[in-house]
Amino acid sequence: MRNLVPILTVLAAIVAIWWLAVAPMNIRPALDIAERGGAVVVPEGSVERRDVSVWKLMLDNREHVAVGYDLKRPRLPTPTQVGEEFWKTTGAMVAKGRAWSKRSLIYHAWVTLQSTLWGFLLGTTVGIVGAVAIVYSRVMDRSVMPWAIISQTVPIVALAPMIIVVSNQVGIEGRGVPKAIISAYLCFFPVLVSMVKGLRSPTEQQLDLLKTYSASGLQSFLKLRLPASVPYLFTALKIGIAAALVGTIVGELPTGAISGLGARILIGDQFGTPLAIWSALICAAILAGILVTVIDIMQRVTLRKMGFVS
Amino acid sequence: MGTNNKTIREVESGVSSVISAKNLSLTFQTNDGPVHALKDVNLEINKGDFVSFIGPSGCGKTTFLRCMADLEQPTAGEITVNGVSPAEARKARAYGYVFQHAGLYPWRTIGGNIRLPLEIMGVDKAEQDKSVKEVLELVHLEGFEKKYPWQLSGGMQQRASIARALAFHADILLMDEPFGALDEIVRDHLNEQLLELWARTNKTIGFVTHSIPEAVYLSTKIVVMSPRPGRIHDVIESTLPKERPLDIRDSPEFIEISHRVRDGLRAGHEND
Ligand SMILES: Nc1ncnc2c1ncn2[C@@H]1O[C@H](COP(=O)(O)OP(=O)(O)O)[C@@H](O)[C@H]1O
Ligand SMILES: [Mg+2]
Repeated sequence: MRNLVPILTVLAAIVAIWWLAVAPMNIRPALDIAERGGAVVVPEGSVERRDVSVWKLMLDNREHVAVGYDLKRPRLPTPTQVGEEFWKTTGAMVAKGRAWSKRSLIYHAWVTLQSTLWGFLLGTTVGIVGAVAIVYSRVMDRSVMPWAIISQTVPIVALAPMIIVVSNQVGIEGRGVPKAIISAYLCFFPVLVSMVKGLRSPTEQQLDLLKTYSASGLQSFLKLRLPASVPYLFTALKIGIAAALVGTIVGELPTGAISGLGARILIGDQFGTPLAIWSALICAAILAGILVTVIDIMQRVTLRKMGFVS
Repeated sequence: MGTNNKTIREVESGVSSVISAKNLSLTFQTNDGPVHALKDVNLEINKGDFVSFIGPSGCGKTTFLRCMADLEQPTAGEITVNGVSPAEARKARAYGYVFQHAGLYPWRTIGGNIRLPLEIMGVDKAEQDKSVKEVLELVHLEGFEKKYPWQLSGGMQQRASIARALAFHADILLMDEPFGALDEIVRDHLNEQLLELWARTNKTIGFVTHSIPEAVYLSTKIVVMSPRPGRIHDVIESTLPKERPLDIRDSPEFIEISHRVRDGLRAGHEND
């Protein structure tokens, strides 16, 4: 709760900047409409205005700036417009009992969420197993780590279509699996890096202590390295789940997908409906917020139970 | 494990020497050249001794203790623990080691921390409970079993770490400046308790300190060391009685031994 005030302050600032940005972003279509409606606009003609800066246009046509806040197809919709569209595709659909219709964002968010969770599960598993291998084997440390780093320099947008094509080739039906793989691809890295750090976090003294007990390698792992890495793991999971969501949305972008928030964004772009893009974006942000919060709560509960003071 | 411990005890039952170092040397190879942490160190520690190692920082006290515990490998000379090599003694769980920092696992309760060596050694649950209760009482931490380390003061945490070293009933207790980070009053108190514990358990204790009063108050034998290279400068047998109330520190005998230790430390310094 203590975090709520700063979070809301930042949110308010973002909305304010957004709202102010609507005027310059929409001034050109606004003036076109005003002109078509018979108003006097300086300078006249859409083509003439192309070479004039938005600031000068706003200054010379102050009375028409407001038109930009009520466009059907705005370059940048206002927060209110996005809010209305968002409500229409979520709450209003639920009220009508059509939450699972293809026009409802809840349906699309659910599709995206499923892939995200599968990708998260896969990515986290790969990350943890990889970290254990790296910590326990010098060869793995030298061979896997550089590749893991290189893997993250390949733009996922370039890789996503390839993964989809390849999984189609090998006979995997549907988009679920390739989407989860793309999502895992982004998710495993923070988990790997963090877990390596966590598994290596025990001090020399803590390791010496176990040596005085003649503890086996497995015992040191289970009793010291693994529990010591838990705080690191949760930090990584928070980054990982957000990365998994981004990965899924990217996986939904290449043409052909019809469900999922990524597909909504793409379709909105193709059909020139910015409101649809924006409400899908807001939906993705809310989804990310919920997922990170859930892990944050799990982190607090687990760490408190484990006796780590936070 | 129990049988193993017994055979070693039987082997050394005739000999009273528990730790024996002969011409022990350890040179660390560092980027700035070799560091002679220990050079030709000879020492006999007998069963039931309370031996303190005192000397300026860097004179090899920790290194010596770590050699006994098989945490460091000497580069020359010989050292035996309970008549066997330190590695064998470690595998037979012949000693408990108390580090400078308590180093309790924050995710385990005090009881859980003390249980750690017992779990590793495969002691059964009922036996574990019994040992935990016993050692908690020895260090006067009854009732703190379910508390987490952060709920305890530094002195209590250090006591818990001593309890952890006592839990598996090793005959030797090696302690590396266990009270170094504590304030004087807590330290006095713990010193008193440590003596009481030593009297009750009849363990052989190796104790590193850089406090002269602490060394004199606790020990039957004070090993004064000097640095560069790390050597034993003097070994002082204490003439104090085994029964030592805190005010023994005002007795002429105590002051005399303290003087001898101080002179030894000063002379050790002048050597280099
Ligand atoms: N692992 C190590 N590598 C290199 N030098 C070391 C190492 N451990 C200790 N030394 C050096 O050995 C000397 C003795 O160290 P130490 O036994 O810790 O002294 P003390 O405990 O008496 O302060 C010091 O000069 C120290 O710097
Ligand atoms: Mg030291």
